[in-house]
Amino acid sequence: MKRFRRHGTESQRDRLKQELFQFTKTVEHGFPHQPSALGYSSSLQLMAIGTRSGAIKLYGAPGVEFMGLHDENAAVTQVFFMPHQVELVTLLDDNSLHMWTLRSHKGLSELLEIGRFLLTGPPGAPPSVTRVTAVLTHSSGELLLLGTEGGHVFIVEVPGFRELEEMNISLDQITSCVPDDYIGRRNLEHVEALQENPVNSNQVAIGYGRGLMVIWDLDHRLAIRHIPATQQLESMWWKEDGSCILSSHSDGSYCCWTLRTGEEREEEEKTNVPYGHFPCKAISKIVQLPTAGGPPFLLFSGGMPRASYGDRHCITVIYSKTQVAFDFTSRIIDFFVTRDGPQHTGEPSALVVLVEEELVVIDLQTEGWPVIQTPYLVPLHSSAITCSHHVSAIPLKLWERIIAAGVVQNTQYSKKPWPITGGQNLAPDPPQRDLLLTGHEDGTVRFWDASGVCLYPLYKLSTAAVFNADADLNDNMSQGAEGEWPPFRKVGCFDPYSDDPRLGIQKIHLCKYSGYLTVAGTAGQILMLELNDEAAEQTVEAKIVDLLQGQEGFRWKGHTQLDVREEPVLFPPGFQPFTVVQCQPPAVVTALNLHSEWKLVAFGTSHGFSVYDYLQKNNVLVKCTLNPSDQLAMEGPLSRVKSIKKSLRQSFRRIRRSRVSLRKHHISNTNKVIQEANARLEAELAEMELAPVQRKIEARSSDDSFTGLVRTLYFADTFLSDSSHNTPSLWAGTNGGTVFAYILYIPPAEHRADEALTAQPAKEIQLMHRAPVVGIVVLDGHGAPLPEPLETAHDLARSPDLLGSHHVLVISEEQFKVFTLPKLSSKMKLKLTAVDGSRVRRAGLAWFGSNRTEDYGESGLVFLTNQGDVHVLSLPHIKMQIRYPCIRREDVSGIASCVFTKQGQGFYLMSPSEFERFSLSTRYLVEPRCLVEAPLPPVFSNQHQPKLEGASSALRYIAARRVMEHALLNDESKSLR
Amino acid sequence: MNKNHRVPSSRSLSAVEVKSKFGAEFRRFSLDRSKPGRFDEFYGLLQHVHRIPNVELLVAYADVHGDLLPINNDDNYLKAVKSANPLLRLFLQRKEEADYTTFGTDSLTRKKNTVLSAVLLRPDPNKKKPPVIISLPKDFRPVSSIIDVDILPETHRRVRLYKHGQEKPLGFYIRDGSSVRVTPQGLEKVPGIFISRLVPGGLAESTGLLAVNDEVLEVNGIEVVGKSLDQVTDMMIANSHNLIITVKPANQRNNVVRGGGVGGGAASGSSSDSGASYHGYLPHGAAATAGPTHIIQNFSVGELESDEDDEDVVIEVGGEAETIRRTPSNYSMPSLPRYEPHLNLRTATAANSGSAFSINANGNLRGSGGSSGSLTNTNASSTTPSPDRAKERRNLEEEGTVITL
Repeated sequence: MKRFRRHGTESQRDRLKQELFQFTKTVEHGFPHQPSALGYSSSLQLMAIGTRSGAIKLYGAPGVEFMGLHDENAAVTQVFFMPHQVELVTLLDDNSLHMWTLRSHKGLSELLEIGRFLLTGPPGAPPSVTRVTAVLTHSSGELLLLGTEGGHVFIVEVPGFRELEEMNISLDQITSCVPDDYIGRRNLEHVEALQENPVNSNQVAIGYGRGLMVIWDLDHRLAIRHIPATQQLESMWWKEDGSCILSSHSDGSYCCWTLRTGEEREEEEKTNVPYGHFPCKAISKIVQLPTAGGPPFLLFSGGMPRASYGDRHCITVIYSKTQVAFDFTSRIIDFFVTRDGPQHTGEPSALVVLVEEELVVIDLQTEGWPVIQTPYLVPLHSSAITCSHHVSAIPLKLWERIIAAGVVQNTQYSKKPWPITGGQNLAPDPPQRDLLLTGHEDGTVRFWDASGVCLYPLYKLSTAAVFNADADLNDNMSQGAEGEWPPFRKVGCFDPYSDDPRLGIQKIHLCKYSGYLTVAGTAGQILMLELNDEAAEQTVEAKIVDLLQGQEGFRWKGHTQLDVREEPVLFPPGFQPFTVVQCQPPAVVTALNLHSEWKLVAFGTSHGFSVYDYLQKNNVLVKCTLNPSDQLAMEGPLSRVKSIKKSLRQSFRRIRRSRVSLRKHHISNTNKVIQEANARLEAELAEMELAPVQRKIEARSSDDSFTGLVRTLYFADTFLSDSSHNTPSLWAGTNGGTVFAYILYIPPAEHRADEALTAQPAKEIQLMHRAPVVGIVVLDGHGAPLPEPLETAHDLARSPDLLGSHHVLVISEEQFKVFTLPKLSSKMKLKLTAVDGSRVRRAGLAWFGSNRTEDYGESGLVFLTNQGDVHVLSLPHIKMQIRYPCIRREDVSGIASCVFTKQGQGFYLMSPSEFERFSLSTRYLVEPRCLVEAPLPPVFSNQHQPKLEGASSALRYIAARRVMEHALLNDESKSLR
Repeated sequence: MNKNHRVPSSRSLSAVEVKSKFGAEFRRFSLDRSKPGRFDEFYGLLQHVHRIPNVELLVAYADVHGDLLPINNDDNYLKAVKSANPLLRLFLQRKEEADYTTFGTDSLTRKKNTVLSAVLLRPDPNKKKPPVIISLPKDFRPVSSIIDVDILPETHRRVRLYKHGQEKPLGFYIRDGSSVRVTPQGLEKVPGIFISRLVPGGLAESTGLLAVNDEVLEVNGIEVVGKSLDQVTDMMIANSHNLIITVKPANQRNNVVRGGGVGGGAASGSSSDSGASYHGYLPHGAAATAGPTHIIQNFSVGELESDEDDEDVVIEVGGEAETIRRTPSNYSMPSLPRYEPHLNLRTATAANSGSAFSINANGNLRGSGGSSGSLTNTNASSTTPSPDRAKERRNLEEEGTVITL
């Protein structure tokens, strides 16, 4: 835009910038936050999930994903695919209906909203008359039946949302055909369920909240029969052969009503309370599916005995003599069953359950009904994510070994392929193998395949086994005793409760060339792990490092250090710990770095930093950075302060969530009053937060708290002592704006194991602005960042230029500064905070390739500010290149969770369970590219003939109306002319 | 309390004779030249020797040129002791008796601000002597100044706070608020940032140039419109070494009134409140009609972006540091430093790590060559660096090779 105003080199640079940089949010990985609705199209083989924030996500075969967002910020309460079409309808909390379609564009499908509709009742009618509580997408694909709170059923023609007023089924019409003795007793209440007769699409069953079910003939517009159930209705299911209707009720019972032709009244076949005797909770949904030549599958959710198991979230599956109550980890949103066969009308194959925190798929065709591992929608937050680390371009060998280690762990999963197979994934194969490692609160590190659109779990490492943790690891796995009733079986992996918060992982560093991994945790523990393809029983060597170095007057008030197990522990194949270093005091590890070539690991806490030689297993360097007057850091409440803040935040969230999760569509007047009160309360809360806050303006001083907290550690082979000899060095940056540089003496390889290593302090920089140092990078003679350890040894990077003079770039939260080496005179700087008030939160190096010229590319420094903007700085001249808003600035945890890849992509947690992936590069983009084709019209067998007829009669009606309207319009237009 | 160690009759050369006059009474005592102590101790001592413990005093001394200069802080106290040769003549005056009307200033505001009034104190206000310039600005460390008066609207005030080398905290708070702007569409309420509180004794309060409810418009030349409170806070802290804030004072009555025909440039003096050089005293009558006189100062744009925070301290450790030695000046290292705790720690660690390197005792100070840093210039132009900074420098010199960038 601006390039027309500029000339010469400027515009050339601008053009180059356009070739190099481009900001796009590409994919959302993980599990949608607060899902609220589930829909499934058996013909498209697509699943749709709606969320409370108004997002709608479609998933098919792995890699096939679509995402849409309603303009209204209202929860999606129901999602329905139009039968045999690529359209779907969503119902939002604000009573609006939306029509979406998958439109093909340049060979790729995209999800588009094509219409919206708000049901309008007669003038003066109360809002409950048009408040939609039940939706039926008619199999003709042209009609939508909307049951409302007032008990009416409105019929709408789609697409286009044209109300067919003549076809509406009013409450009066229903009451007139139901015997007075039933009507007289009670109000029918809202429409709870609508079901179409699977063999005669002209017949729909209308279920009212009070229990009455009416079968209505759409063609003749009259009630055929009624089923006078007396219990509060929860759901209905019309059996596939049309012979009977199942109804489930709020008292935990279900009934089967046989529809015999010619009989006056339907008899209740049998009432069944599956977990009976004592009062039970409602069965919220019931499904019965036939099998070829066998007993049918009966599946229902809920129905548990209220007193003893009322808090369980269960789906019971009954087949023949087998009955299992699958016990889920969180509230059940909805479920469906996939079926075999070319038309997907055959044998039930898998049960897909959406619960609040994860998606669970159960294989119904394999003995024992095992769980099928999901290739997407994996709950990242099965234990809260505490940190993440991205490693690009993993060597194939390491990749295969990690996968092999993961396969061993996943033996309990079903071998069946993923049952949802809609769409084609047209995305090219990812150019390289990328790993995303997430550290969790429970001490696990999860390895994810982050190369493509699906963030696929590869391997899970648990560090808890190294320590004497109080909790029994098999606690979660313990199954109920034989013969327990109900026959529970726990499924799902969401387990947010950490037994010991000290186990939480804070920092991760993986060397992709050597397979060494180091992880550091909340209680000052640093584990060194090595990839081993065999299980091994070994004792983990523990070493304590005193970071205080005799500092006096110290009293640590934080948590105690973890007990390391002294006996040998059997470690499964995968990453196995061989050394654990424990910081004393056991404060949370705030910086970690690994140099696998020198076999050194550096770590820091709020008290100091240390370098540990993991070959010789001793300390090379310990440095205390603590200011003696800094009581706050000494006593170590950092983690506590944080956790209190976090827990407060979470409890607020919980309150809010519980408010929202009041039963979705049963909004009576009292509920509305409560909601309004809640809204007021929330507004007040928001006001309170905005109430006159004031900020102190004071220069930072050396006496501030946590100035000694180590923020970054960096290994570099550079010129620290003089300009002719490069030496290994360690750099450390603190919260108080101090940079320490040490010269490391590392013996030659042949004496590496026996000769002593030493570290000598060489330089110290105190930045005058005293802002926290968040990154240190040494740039070689060409101005390029030094390669990673072992990178040149593996011929994967150009060896650094050791002839020209090196520079060190110090990244503080407030500015970027380049110093010459070895003199450390200031060469360049770029102020950030002084200019726009934003501060650096995350920084990383990336390489950007041009999308025009194959061989052109440049290194850049990518950083994210506390305002949520991402910037790219050129290297080595530290000039601002581009800036894009990326994360809302209020989203503090999102900003804190951001990681950058070496290819200019990034990940951040957009919710506790989802990573948003973004890209700043024009060349490297990982985004879904997929195609969904409209399904072929269903081939009807003779058995289905009546359905077609029924539908066609409805269609005829529509067609007639169309003609009439057309005529009317013509008349009008003529008169207008 | 101080008497015991201050007044003893040590008649050595290192002693400073002090002759103090209060009203008609004289007191004589002496001070140790090498250990003058702090101003507040000295002040207590004066009250003690004159036996006027609860009387608020204005302290002034006669310097070598016969000018009467105020003593009201550690810096000018040290300077007074240093320049006394051999006698230090003091003139004390009751604060409430000090008569300011002859200075042609707003006596009410002056009275509140003791720093200002003390600066302007003269030996005998009743004498109708022509006003003298009592000192050169460079002898004083600037604390604050109003700048760019000629280019700003009259309703705005650009205030520069010199935090650098000061013990005093900046000492103010800001808050969110809303202000009314005039737009083509009429009056419009817009969010703004305001000063919410001044810390008593802080830099902001002591200047008298900022007040509660002043709206902050700019920070170091960058508008704060559209920025959050946290952003503005961070901007101010990032610029805290040389903070220039443009405010719209809540009280608009004290605004600079520009002389009609003279134009903005004429109003620009180079003076600061502690620098105390008025650009000529106005005749009394003129002062009365012109209303409050203001201290104004203009700075070039370069100075606005002054890079005083550039002075990162780089400390060389270890024997290899010799390579960058520039000057042959050698300093001994008599004691451990008192002001830089981390240096302490460093030596401790060095000792622990067992490598027997010696802390190099070479001092090296040099200005940053290329940059337009005003500090370098200030240093160059000032013949006598302020004692405070000299002290700071000595400290670093004690420690080892120091490069000031």
